[in-house]
Amino acid sequence: MTAPLLAVRGVKTYYGKIVALRGVDVDVADGEIVTLIGANGAGKSTLMMTIFGNPRAREGSIVFDGRDITRLPTHEIARLRIAQAPEGRRIFSRMTVLENLQMGAIVAGDADFATDCQKVFKLFPRLEQRLHQRGGTLSGGEQQMLAIARALMARPRLLLLDEPSLGLAPMIVRQIFDAIRELNRVEKLTVFLVEQNAFHALKLAHRGYVMVNGVITMSGTGKELLERPEVKSAYLEGGRQEVEAAP
Amino acid sequence: MEVFVQQLINGITLGSIYGLIAIGYTMVFGIIGMVNFAHGDVFMVSSFIALIALLILTTWLGMASVALALLIVLIVAMVFTSLVNWVIERVAYRPLRGSFRLAPLISAIGMSIFLSNFVQVTQGPRNKSVPPLLQDVIVIMEGNGYDVTISYRQLIIWSITAVLLAAFWYLVSKTSLGRAQRACEQDQKMAALVGVDVDRTISITFVIGAALAAVAGTMYLMYYGVVNFSDGFVPGIKAFTAAVLGGIGSLPGAVIGGILIGLIETMWSAYFSIDYKDVAAFSILAITLIFLPQGLLGRPEVEKV
Repeated sequence: MTAPLLAVRGVKTYYGKIVALRGVDVDVADGEIVTLIGANGAGKSTLMMTIFGNPRAREGSIVFDGRDITRLPTHEIARLRIAQAPEGRRIFSRMTVLENLQMGAIVAGDADFATDCQKVFKLFPRLEQRLHQRGGTLSGGEQQMLAIARALMARPRLLLLDEPSLGLAPMIVRQIFDAIRELNRVEKLTVFLVEQNAFHALKLAHRGYVMVNGVITMSGTGKELLERPEVKSAYLEGGRQEVEAAP
Repeated sequence: MEVFVQQLINGITLGSIYGLIAIGYTMVFGIIGMVNFAHGDVFMVSSFIALIALLILTTWLGMASVALALLIVLIVAMVFTSLVNWVIERVAYRPLRGSFRLAPLISAIGMSIFLSNFVQVTQGPRNKSVPPLLQDVIVIMEGNGYDVTISYRQLIIWSITAVLLAAFWYLVSKTSLGRAQRACEQDQKMAALVGVDVDRTISITFVIGAALAAVAGTMYLMYYGVVNFSDGFVPGIKAFTAAVLGGIGSLPGAVIGGILIGLIETMWSAYFSIDYKDVAAFSILAITLIFLPQGLLGRPEVEKV
């Protein structure tokens, strides 16, 4: 078996004295969609940010494409073409949509900027209409599209998506998941997806991991995990009942 | 009327100098949320660098062309002052990043004291003067016994300020460097995620702020003809007032604030009492902070999420 594109080995991350990740192992192979599911506060977003060295892993190693990136500064990790649409979207709200895309293209350079723009506009036509509008004035769904588009502008070899479905209407969620599937199928884009929306994420992903309190408790193909009773009760049916019970 | 027009001309000149210094305050505040209290002294140091460069050029090298000499002095002052501020950031502020909020502020006050004392010790405590340059004036309005004039020096200050502000505006709003800078202002963590070297961008911010302060320092020297080791303090605080009045963090605000403070000061001197001109300028600081804390062009704290 060839070495995975991203290999996370025994990573422990702390916030001060509080432990957030207690030794995490995750593999993402080239061309895969891998998802990480888990409850609020399990450490999913921490893992995403630890891959970027902020916060830095106190123990363990993170290897990307054969290179140890555990101690690399964040911006240099980005320059290896790992891109992230982070938790909370974090678009530059006082910049226009175009400027946000230009920020995303720092790693890729200017040469293919126009072509890459056309590509993301095909995925998210709304962004083209909003091109000169400030990021902060976009709706939540549009901001999420912009966050993903900005990450894509880096021409990433690995795309990290942190809860792209959070707070969005089901139709927009479907649109975003379709876009991810399409990118993976057509462009062979490797995706590491963090989701609370476990059902959709596991259906989309080739493989998945379940995280509980900073450790990986289960892994397997998306289909396998969907059928596991523990997953069903904790993340699928229980979750659905909660949604239905909500006023 | 003549007095008013004359003071208007003088006020805009002084205000240009304040505005250029204020940009340094506002940029640094925007990007790392710190009031760089050493900035006024960086301005003073730049005046001394300009003074030394000017004396070397005119007395030692015997350069005859005043315009050329001024241009060289300006460039030398910009380069060396930028270097000074770059070192200050590396030595006094960067190691304290991530420390408690007041730490860099205290470090900045220390840096301010260090710079003025350093200049006092090495250059002496007395006023240093340069030979009067460009004494010619143009009479633009003749009144009975009072001519309104504009001097070449003032015209040079206006035009250099205008050109530099245009270049600066272009840099910030249209180039990738300016975008990286604004990105760091809004969200440093995200800027790093897209590949911006945040530390380097902060360094560049200090360099640009110092270069603009050096332009102000050179023009200050040319305008008043003297400079003293303590000259960083009051103009520095006035420029800070200008930045607060314009809305700290806002670049056009810094320029507008600078010109307003310059005008208030000169008008007050002309119509009320020259002894109280600093009181007038600093009262503006207090009034702004009480009634308009976000300044004229500042953003309100609340942002749409």
